[in-house]
Amino acid sequence: MARFRTWVGIALAGALSVSLAGCSSTGGKRAEDARKAASAQGQAAVNTPRWTFAMITHSGDGDTFWDIVQSGAEQAAVKDNINFLYSHDDEAQQQAQLVNAAIDKKVDGIIVTLAKPDAMKSALDRARKAGIPVITVNSGSEESKAFGALTHVGQDETIAGEAVGEELNERGREQALCVLHEQGNVGHEQRCDGVEKTFDGKVQRLYVNGTSMPDVQSAIEAKLQTDKAVDAVVTLGAPYADTAVKAKQGAGSEAEIDTFDLNAKVAAGLADGTLGFAVDQQPYLQGYEAVDLLWLNKYNADVLGGGRPVLTGPQIITKDDAAALSEYTERGTR
Amino acid sequence: MSAGTDVTTADERILQTSPLRKLLGRPELGSVVGAIAVFVFFAFFADSFLQAASLSTVLYAASTIGIMAVPVALLMIGGEFDLSAGVMVTSSALVSSMFSYQMTANVWVGVGVSLLVTLVIGAFNGFMLTRTELPSFIITLGTFLMLTGLNLGFTKLIDGTVSTKSIADMEGFPSARDVFASTITVGGVGFKVTILWWLALVAVASWILLRTRAGNWIFAVGGNKDAARAVGVPVTRTKIGLYMGVGFGAWISGQHLLFSYDVVQSGEGVGNELIYIIAAVIGGCLITGGYGSAVGSAVGAFIFGMTSKGIVFAEWNPDWFKFFLGAMLLLATLLNAWVRKRAEATK
Repeated sequence: MARFRTWVGIALAGALSVSLAGCSSTGGKRAEDARKAASAQGQAAVNTPRWTFAMITHSGDGDTFWDIVQSGAEQAAVKDNINFLYSHDDEAQQQAQLVNAAIDKKVDGIIVTLAKPDAMKSALDRARKAGIPVITVNSGSEESKAFGALTHVGQDETIAGEAVGEELNERGREQALCVLHEQGNVGHEQRCDGVEKTFDGKVQRLYVNGTSMPDVQSAIEAKLQTDKAVDAVVTLGAPYADTAVKAKQGAGSEAEIDTFDLNAKVAAGLADGTLGFAVDQQPYLQGYEAVDLLWLNKYNADVLGGGRPVLTGPQIITKDDAAALSEYTERGTR
Repeated sequence: MSAGTDVTTADERILQTSPLRKLLGRPELGSVVGAIAVFVFFAFFADSFLQAASLSTVLYAASTIGIMAVPVALLMIGGEFDLSAGVMVTSSALVSSMFSYQMTANVWVGVGVSLLVTLVIGAFNGFMLTRTELPSFIITLGTFLMLTGLNLGFTKLIDGTVSTKSIADMEGFPSARDVFASTITVGGVGFKVTILWWLALVAVASWILLRTRAGNWIFAVGGNKDAARAVGVPVTRTKIGLYMGVGFGAWISGQHLLFSYDVVQSGEGVGNELIYIIAAVIGGCLITGGYGSAVGSAVGAFIFGMTSKGIVFAEWNPDWFKFFLGAMLLLATLLNAWVRKRAEATK
């Protein structure tokens, strides 16, 4: 045992001295700290009662997109003096149970996504009977009103896809590849449907295993090797755009890489020209507006959009806009 | 029959077997036949499958599975399996990236810390298993869930978002990328360095299994743990070592992930543990332990790589992707089992 302790001691001392000696003079946390030295913490801008709002989404674990939605909602909550609760589950039934739990908790407002509307209907009925205002975000623009929600904040996935198709036409592309990283996701299919609707050329779909980046890369690479006519690759999530760029290099293809959604790497890729364009539905806005609209409704009985969906996208982002956005993507709000 | 002519029925333990019979008794034989069948199949149905560039893509896909299939196969021969192997790869990449970033350290420091962490996770699995004597299914399922949560929780806590920050501008990155994620061009075609890592791991694991005392221990603990212990095999040490081997494989895969994409998504890796196990099983490892080979796991990974990419090369309707994948795997495994049965019957 004594010998074991000695070894652990030596290992720890070694690790410590290596990390002290092996500092990087470029990048890293220190550089980031220097960048945001002057950022101020938010505080409530109003003195309305401290209401509690619950947000329940259909996000899976560790999804970049929903992380940004959440961060928008949290910042609006700080400003509006709201106690904000967030939960998520990608199984519709579980999500409905979370909504019911929020109703049981007698929250003052509920924000919910309707990715699988049928499963959510009874929970939303219950909320209406309990007199809790509901705002739907992201998916469910068609069902939102019928289910008794105040309003819907989000993007129509098909419209976003249509915008991509039009942009591809403008860029003179002829064969597009739509890369789906989740088989069976309705929103993903709608995006590709939208592209198909407006794009004059041919659209092919490629399903990849989104939980394994090497698999995504080799699948796109295989597709580009076998079909040389593909001149545009459209990924449906920001993290996959960079992987598609690697696949393109591996396959020696000339295709343009475009993507849905934004992140820091996409902004950098747009700026240096490795990516063509990104179509953004502004997830930050979906979270922020939902909380803000609930607050406005509680405080002032306001309803934005007269009960019709408030669209947050699609916004086409190209090289010209990328530089201005990189600061915001770095901090995870765009 | 007189006693004098009875020289041919000597002790069966020193019976001479022909080289052909020896070959038929190898665990990976069935999978090799399966691999050839899959190869011929796609060579026939997919026009671009036989190009050198396509081969490089298939090998890359196979290598990223194969690097983990080797230690997973060894573990299965030793009678256990590891459900935490998939997310451990992500953990390895996350630790490496976040340690370097937060400490503003040379990325090689993060790489070292990550090795330490994955070995500790492996040792934890092995230690818990041998101490509690619970099935590996329970122990590693627990580790799998805990790691999934830790990956997300820590990344969110430290970085504020669900993916890590880019470390591409930090010192040591270019050299680490050369080691873990470079591309070697041979005759105009780029091959990923992971293929070399994979082949090296297969060679080392085969040497351990067939030429060292530890190899005998692995077969012994997988065959019959109690009998092995009775003849003096250090069962506990062997099993902990095997789990640490999986940790080591996860470290290599994780570093590849980090240095080829320089940003890591914390939710990745879930589900891949099954792919590693499938590769080992196709390669002739018995789920019950005591039988299998490292070369077999490589052939299994190769079949998996060929199938998943061959479907793309063949341009089949992607709606059926998973079905084709499953059917091909089932066929390969059945063929594998059939060949093995034939081989055993001729003994």
